[in-house]
Amino acid sequence: MTDLSFVRTEMLPERAPPPSTTGVIGWLRKNLFDGWLNSALTIVSLLFVFWVLDHLFVWGISPTWSDGSLDQCRTTISEAGWGGACWGVIRERWPQMLYGFYPEELRIRPTLAFFLLFIALIPVLFSMISRRMNWLLLALVLLAFTFAVESSGLIIAARVVLAAAALWIGVLLVRVPTGEEREEQIKQGAGRLPNPLWFTALYIFLMPWLLWGGTVWTPVAVALGIVIGGLAFRLLSPMTGTLAALIVAVVATILWWLLLSGPFADMMHGIFPIGLEPVKSRLFGGLMLSITIGVVAIAVSLPLGIVLALGRQSDLLIVKYLSVIFIEFIRGVPLITLLFVASVLLNIFMPPGTNFDIILRVIIMATIFSAAYMAEVIRGGLAALPKGQYEAADALGLDYWKAQRLVIMPQALKISIPGIVSTFIGLFKDTTLVSIIGLMDPIGLSNAIRADANWNGIVWELYGFIALMFFIFTFSMSRYSMYLERRLRTDHR
Amino acid sequence: MTILTDPPKESFRLSMLIYDSRYRSTTIQIVALIGVLTLVGWLISNTAQNLADLGKEPSFSFLFESAGYDINQRLIDYNNQDTHLRAAFVGFLNTLLVAGMGCVTATVIGVFVGVLRLSNNWLVARLMTVYVETFRNIPVLLWIIFTMAILIETLPAPREFRGENPAAHMLLGDSVALTNRGFYVPEPLFSRSLGNIHLFGNSPLRFDVSLDLVAILAVLISSILVARLIGRRADRIQAATGDRPRTWHWRLAVLVLPTVAILWVLGFYLGYPELKGFNFRGGIHMRNSLIALWLALSVYTAAFIAEIVRAGILAISKGQTEAAAALGLRPRLIMSLVILPQALRIIIPPLISQFLNLTKNSSLAIAVGYMDITGTLMGITLNQTGRELETILIGMLIYLAISLSISAVMNVYNESVKLKER
Repeated sequence: MTDLSFVRTEMLPERAPPPSTTGVIGWLRKNLFDGWLNSALTIVSLLFVFWVLDHLFVWGISPTWSDGSLDQCRTTISEAGWGGACWGVIRERWPQMLYGFYPEELRIRPTLAFFLLFIALIPVLFSMISRRMNWLLLALVLLAFTFAVESSGLIIAARVVLAAAALWIGVLLVRVPTGEEREEQIKQGAGRLPNPLWFTALYIFLMPWLLWGGTVWTPVAVALGIVIGGLAFRLLSPMTGTLAALIVAVVATILWWLLLSGPFADMMHGIFPIGLEPVKSRLFGGLMLSITIGVVAIAVSLPLGIVLALGRQSDLLIVKYLSVIFIEFIRGVPLITLLFVASVLLNIFMPPGTNFDIILRVIIMATIFSAAYMAEVIRGGLAALPKGQYEAADALGLDYWKAQRLVIMPQALKISIPGIVSTFIGLFKDTTLVSIIGLMDPIGLSNAIRADANWNGIVWELYGFIALMFFIFTFSMSRYSMYLERRLRTDHR
Repeated sequence: MTILTDPPKESFRLSMLIYDSRYRSTTIQIVALIGVLTLVGWLISNTAQNLADLGKEPSFSFLFESAGYDINQRLIDYNNQDTHLRAAFVGFLNTLLVAGMGCVTATVIGVFVGVLRLSNNWLVARLMTVYVETFRNIPVLLWIIFTMAILIETLPAPREFRGENPAAHMLLGDSVALTNRGFYVPEPLFSRSLGNIHLFGNSPLRFDVSLDLVAILAVLISSILVARLIGRRADRIQAATGDRPRTWHWRLAVLVLPTVAILWVLGFYLGYPELKGFNFRGGIHMRNSLIALWLALSVYTAAFIAEIVRAGILAISKGQTEAAAALGLRPRLIMSLVILPQALRIIIPPLISQFLNLTKNSSLAIAVGYMDITGTLMGITLNQTGRELETILIGMLIYLAISLSISAVMNVYNESVKLKER
């Protein structure tokens, strides 16, 4: 026996991987120069990127920020010997691109409405919100109302105090509480403070009031109609059953709106004249108009779409076919034809003598349009739910509406989130179509700006600016929906 | 011993309409129907009242009056003495033209971008992501007018092609001219043409069918059928003997030779555009409005199609590829027999709905002055005759017909590829 051994008894030390497969070089080899085809593609892409950036850079960095007309811009560029874009038009007209012809001294109102929109969305989007948010909301509502009163030293001081308070509470809220603090907060506050959703409900009435102005009693009267309906339902449903109570409640609300809300608002305004300076719809414009149409249409079309989707899935044949006809008709025609209807036909459909303004008409048609798309998206979510969920809800003895509210809709809506957001993005982009029927959205305004003798012939800067405005909104919305999808995902991956 | 008895018969009470689940659904439906009918009736009576006040009784006779306006981009003969119906027909064909062209290019670009987004090459994949996000997130109307502005502002005027030392040159061997008035491309002509057939005599819907085109299409279709037959025969031989005869050269010959022969028989040649005076003559003139609409709709829709293609390919699990490889299939066959049939089932339905979107978006032609059905019927005809109700109604019905026929095709396809379940 020799003690020759062919089996290694100790481990070899680990060696570093070859340098060509690690670090920057390894990454480059793997991702950019893997084979001749890939290398060729990389080089072509690099040349393309360089070419684009080269042109854009020289064009974009242009010393024309302060120029007041296109001729002046051209002189500046030829004197400097470089540059290309004429940014003076953006400096001069960006407020107009944002607000249209909304009176300058009142522009704080749409701005406030816009920021309050995000705060109103928070309770909807995050269910785990701290109830201390109520104080922030209260401060903001009071702040909004200070704009309704004549400006005086006292009011301005109140504004400053309220804004500071809101900021301070906001900072407190942003700081994420630890687990113990959170429990403490819940013990202290959650029992007594209401769910911050009240602000979202209030916002629905606050936004039109801030935008259009007028007496505060009109939105109050409209809101009262809903309160009356709710009360009627509460009182009647133990006595007469759900369906009858619902019908009575709806009828009572509609009667209030049609007959009593106008006189009520007038009377209250006579007693307590609180109001904002009214602003005519035709002064609306720019991005503000797009956002207004988009937000109102999507907010109204979501419940409408749910009803239509349920109608289409329903066993009741007549209800089903009415929903199908409505959805397929609206989805089968382009939005622009519906906008033509809004601009020339809707007044013909109404009783003689009615004349309501073009923005409202456009919002109605845009709502109908997106409701049909929303219905299809939600129907997809309903269809994707396993049949077992419906059967389980039935087995628990839930009636139709309870089953929908507690079991079906929460799951179906979660599945449909990407579709809902992309419908919204689509609608928001489609609001540009109103320029075709003569409204002053950003594209309509760009034509108006070009009609100005100073800016006759300017193209790229305006279009680039509009594109950027829309891109910021739509891109962040699509990213947000991706985030929401990840966060709500409960299956195992 | 128990005796089964019927429950005691209740007499019918009115409240059972609401509380008894046997009647409730009928009650709800009838109430809904009455509600909708009342609403519709109210709208119609309002409309009738308003139109009567305006002195415009609904009537479609305006369709047969002389239109009196010109349409510069058209597929069929038309002059301003023709009727409004004829103008609407021209517009309708223009809608179909731009929608058809757009669908083809959007699919090509979309598939290309979608596949490249899955590329291993980091830079290319990122570039394609940038493409998709840029085009998806900016309104299509902006892309259309932006493309129009690019065409008008950057392309040379026809007169710059003139002279000894012109500032601009025609492309592809003096056959294509890109000018700020539109593109001039060669047109197919036949020296021994078979002529045209005139359909529908002198009516507003008349159009000519080129017999040359019919002949070429007939030859092409029959050669495709013959090539299929050759393939079938190869299949049979393979099934019987296990060896597949080589047939690709036969099939290629059957596809190409008859087509070349018919083109030669008809005397096919290209009519090139030529600069005469201040403008180009000859060839096909595609106006800026058409080009801008076509390009913008294509690249915009392509961004959506790219995402659909990418999702469709990603949705096929890797196990399918591996299983096919385990069966001994070669990569090309794995693609054509296993991956593509499954991916297409996922890709095609949303793809068709993108085609529908493109067709509906083509109504934005009105923003650049391309005379489609929106521009003719719901644009100039509406303004000239003041018949809002009738023109918009017809226009909507036409779009509805296009949409419904496309979705009918899609439903047939969906049925045919649907997974057969229990």
